[in-house]
Amino acid sequence: MIEVQDLTKKYGDLTAVRNLSFKVEKGRIWGLLGPNAAGKTTTMRILTGYLPATEGKANVAGYDVFEQPDAVKKAIGYLPETVPLYPDMTVSSYLDFVAEIKQVPKGARKAAVDRVLKSAALDSVRGRLIKNISRGYRQRVGIAQAMIHDPQVLILDEPTIGLDPAQIIDIRELIRGLRGEHTIMLSTHILAEVTQVCDGVVIINEGRLMASGSLEDLTASFHDRDGVVLKLRRGGEAAALFRSLPGVEVSTADGGGIRLEWSRGRDLRDQVAALVVEKDLGLQEMRPVGLNIEDLYLKIVSGGLGQ
Amino acid sequence: MSNIWAIAKREIRAYFNSPIAYAVIAVFLLLVGFFFYSLIWYFNAQAMQMAQNPYYAQQVNINQMVFSPLFHNMSIILLLVLPLLTMRLLAEEKKIGTEELLFTSPVSVNQIVLGKYFASLVVLAAMLGLTALPSLLTFVYGNPEVVPWLNGYLGLFLLGGSFIAVGIFFSSLTENQIVAATLTFGALLLFWVLNWAGSSAGPKWQGILNYVSFFQHFDDMTRGILDTKDVVYYLSFSFFGLFLTHSVIQSRRWR
Repeated sequence: MIEVQDLTKKYGDLTAVRNLSFKVEKGRIWGLLGPNAAGKTTTMRILTGYLPATEGKANVAGYDVFEQPDAVKKAIGYLPETVPLYPDMTVSSYLDFVAEIKQVPKGARKAAVDRVLKSAALDSVRGRLIKNISRGYRQRVGIAQAMIHDPQVLILDEPTIGLDPAQIIDIRELIRGLRGEHTIMLSTHILAEVTQVCDGVVIINEGRLMASGSLEDLTASFHDRDGVVLKLRRGGEAAALFRSLPGVEVSTADGGGIRLEWSRGRDLRDQVAALVVEKDLGLQEMRPVGLNIEDLYLKIVSGGLGQ
Repeated sequence: MSNIWAIAKREIRAYFNSPIAYAVIAVFLLLVGFFFYSLIWYFNAQAMQMAQNPYYAQQVNINQMVFSPLFHNMSIILLLVLPLLTMRLLAEEKKIGTEELLFTSPVSVNQIVLGKYFASLVVLAAMLGLTALPSLLTFVYGNPEVVPWLNGYLGLFLLGGSFIAVGIFFSSLTENQIVAATLTFGALLLFWVLNWAGSSAGPKWQGILNYVSFFQHFDDMTRGILDTKDVVYYLSFSFFGLFLTHSVIQSRRWR
């Protein structure tokens, strides 16, 4: 649904995006991650037809972004980094204007405005001037305008920025609800958001692709071991006991507890559990060892490992 | 066409939802009203004197003595106030980030520029239309010629249209509205006075500079002469301004 091939964007001598290639399947939610000035906004602007690329190809919803920009613009909803709002308009008249320029037929416009007012929980401020509503509401108006024409593809540049925790949960819920019907690409600085909302990520740094793929695949490719962390009430001798299990590496986990790891493909959890019960070690907690998204991100951005 | 109308409608609403249109129209009407009153007062005094002499009495002409100078005064006031009307058109979109919405919607740059141009023309038409009301009283109490009067208004509308096209162009160059207004005002003034330079520039340049200047073409129209070359001049001037605006927007995005 979104396919980018060897995309390069130069601003004079500065190369903002270099040979970027990635693909997002239909109906999936994909995160675009990277440090500040990594090229996330530039990539999104190219995909939406706001900026032309210097080289490369981009295809959105089956249309070439550079050859068929109008078809692409009809198929996408876009929330830019700076929410594009006219302060002197009311929320509903603004959404009606956006519906009009997005070519929602006149008869369907009111229903479209009502639909997005409801889904972005904006009904209470529909008659208020945009300059008089809070930042959180403005962000939601931005999301609402992106959805007004029910586009196949949504491109959201930091959709939850400026929202309070309850609103963040609502918006994430809203975005998750669009999965399947819509293909979504969102950029974010909040890594937890990626694990909660996204099916996969594209990680870029200094305009280059550092990694892309589903979260499971990326985690697997960066971490070739499985294991568990145990917290035991009577764990004094436990380390020696677990070492007796073949193929298990024992170490101390961050924050206390015992970390047991084995090579990927094996599953020694049954044996570990049996040993805990047999030796009456007083199990308090048992959780899988995994690379969390923060570790993964830092590893990729600092270390750099292609796809 | 519907896209142009959508953009124009929003712009017109923006003008009248903010104090801009009211301030510009009020100042324009106040000044035009003052000049109209002064000219009518002067005309009355002159007409009384001239009426005593049958030869001069035949030469009393309200079109020449009131409307022609009034249209000239109005054109100068337009030169002063229209840059204030056009300065925000594209500069503000850039500043507040809404151009990203427009340029990622299925609306062409041409449609955006034309929509904004037509919106300003509507405000201009309202300004001129309101000034016509007191003039109509002269038709009740006197007998001015209608065609030259209409011709003058057509001239003002075409001239204003050219000013607006120049204003949109400068508004596309910057995100600072004051800079846009200043550049517009400077450029309009330059085009206005070009024919002054023409008088000292030799016969070849004089013709060219006179042709390029706003003044010569407008002067004909206030005197009731409707020449297609004047109309073509103003329309081409507007077209050129809008074309340059389109080119600036496109080139900025491709840079």
